[in-house]
Amino acid sequence: MMQYDNTNLPKKGLIVSPIENGTVIDHLPPGKAIKIAEVLGLMHDSVVIIGQNLKSTKYGKKDLIKVENRFMTESECSKIALIAPNATVNIIRDFAISEKRMVEVPDTVEGVALCANANCITNREKVPARLHAITKTPLLLVCHYCGFEVKGDELKLKG
Amino acid sequence: MDFLNKDVVSIKDFSRPELEKIFSTAERMEERGYDKSLLHGKRVGLLFYEPSTRTRLSFDTAAQGIGADTIWFAGTEGTSVMKGETLKDTIETVANYVDAIVMRHPFDGSARWAAEITTRRTHRGENKVPIISGGDGKNEHPTQTMLDLYSILKTQGKLDGLDIAMVGDLKYGRTVHSLSYALSMFNCRISFVAPDMLQIPDHVTSFLNGKCIPFRKCSKIEDTMGTADIVYMTRIQKERFSDENEYNKVKGLYKIDQKMLQLAKPTMKLMHPLPRVDEIAIDADDDARAYYFKEAGNGVPVRAALLSLVMGAVA
Repeated sequence: MMQYDNTNLPKKGLIVSPIENGTVIDHLPPGKAIKIAEVLGLMHDSVVIIGQNLKSTKYGKKDLIKVENRFMTESECSKIALIAPNATVNIIRDFAISEKRMVEVPDTVEGVALCANANCITNREKVPARLHAITKTPLLLVCHYCGFEVKGDELKLKG
Repeated sequence: MDFLNKDVVSIKDFSRPELEKIFSTAERMEERGYDKSLLHGKRVGLLFYEPSTRTRLSFDTAAQGIGADTIWFAGTEGTSVMKGETLKDTIETVANYVDAIVMRHPFDGSARWAAEITTRRTHRGENKVPIISGGDGKNEHPTQTMLDLYSILKTQGKLDGLDIAMVGDLKYGRTVHSLSYALSMFNCRISFVAPDMLQIPDHVTSFLNGKCIPFRKCSKIEDTMGTADIVYMTRIQKERFSDENEYNKVKGLYKIDQKMLQLAKPTMKLMHPLPRVDEIAIDADDDARAYYFKEAGNGVPVRAALLSLVMGAVA
């Protein structure tokens, strides 16, 4: 059965338009939408609607992204989780939510984030970075190869 | 306890019983002499991308002492690394020629990556070639830590319950980080003697806190000299400072000479991973407490023991 949610439905006083097919990334901390859109490479060839500082009953304020005709993969959801661990990802088909996902920081982050140590082998040769989550709240990761620890807000994601 | 084909990448990968096994094997080799039949017909590759005196020569001595042949390069000149060959391709190639690889490399994490490469070879039906790190960038130097522990054991007769003072560049010195991790397996008390700007990093002290290891930070070497069982000196590394004025403020801050050694217990041993610059005066070399050259000598039995264990010659 199709579920309906006010994330995508048109309603009175709507300031963000609904999309027919694609993804709604909701409950982003204020100020994070642009960064996530950039990291996911949404800014170039997708139709993207970005809402910033929207009212949120849960968090007070939130950012939101709607992207047309793109359906987020697991790897893209991991990237979102690394920036916004409380985000929700809604897959939209025919204006309705067909799938609702909670994003989650994986125990091991592979090929998504970079080690923050410039002298790490992963930054000096073609070796895919692999980071292990020591704690998820607050986010603290350690490089599998060089042991360098990096906090969530210092994390650089692969573009 | 299974040492066969075990990679030696981080001291944290070793348990206390494993370290004790390495030390008892080394001790037996020192007592009974090196048995050339142990690794007869085996070959060890020594890939030293960076300068080394003690690590390379002691590994070479150790390997040959127990019967292995060695092939090596020291510095990348004359190798395909100069043509841009990746570490992966070099390891994939050399793994065809040898039964174990000892490697020193400038990039942090290179040893773990090399170990992963030779493990992946086994998925293609090739033999595992263990990787033994001789230092990867500023990350770890596990066999230095093993020989440091062995030196402490030999001179003090035990590893538990000792007072250990580490002095000098505790911020950047990889040997003091690894030694601190290793000492957390033994119930030692540690004094970190350094100026604020070179004090031991928080990630090391939080690790020690997690293991309930007592430690203190101080800035004067005299505060620890009278009580320490081991004083572990390190060089303040000029190459770590981007500002020469900052280096000048701390260079020469700690210097142990014959006069200062008079403050120490007769049983205290002065250690140093070497090379030294001027932090230990030459007049200290002949004091019975000066142990740094013997410490470097202990690299041979420890590395011979390790090679014999990971290459399956000793169970």
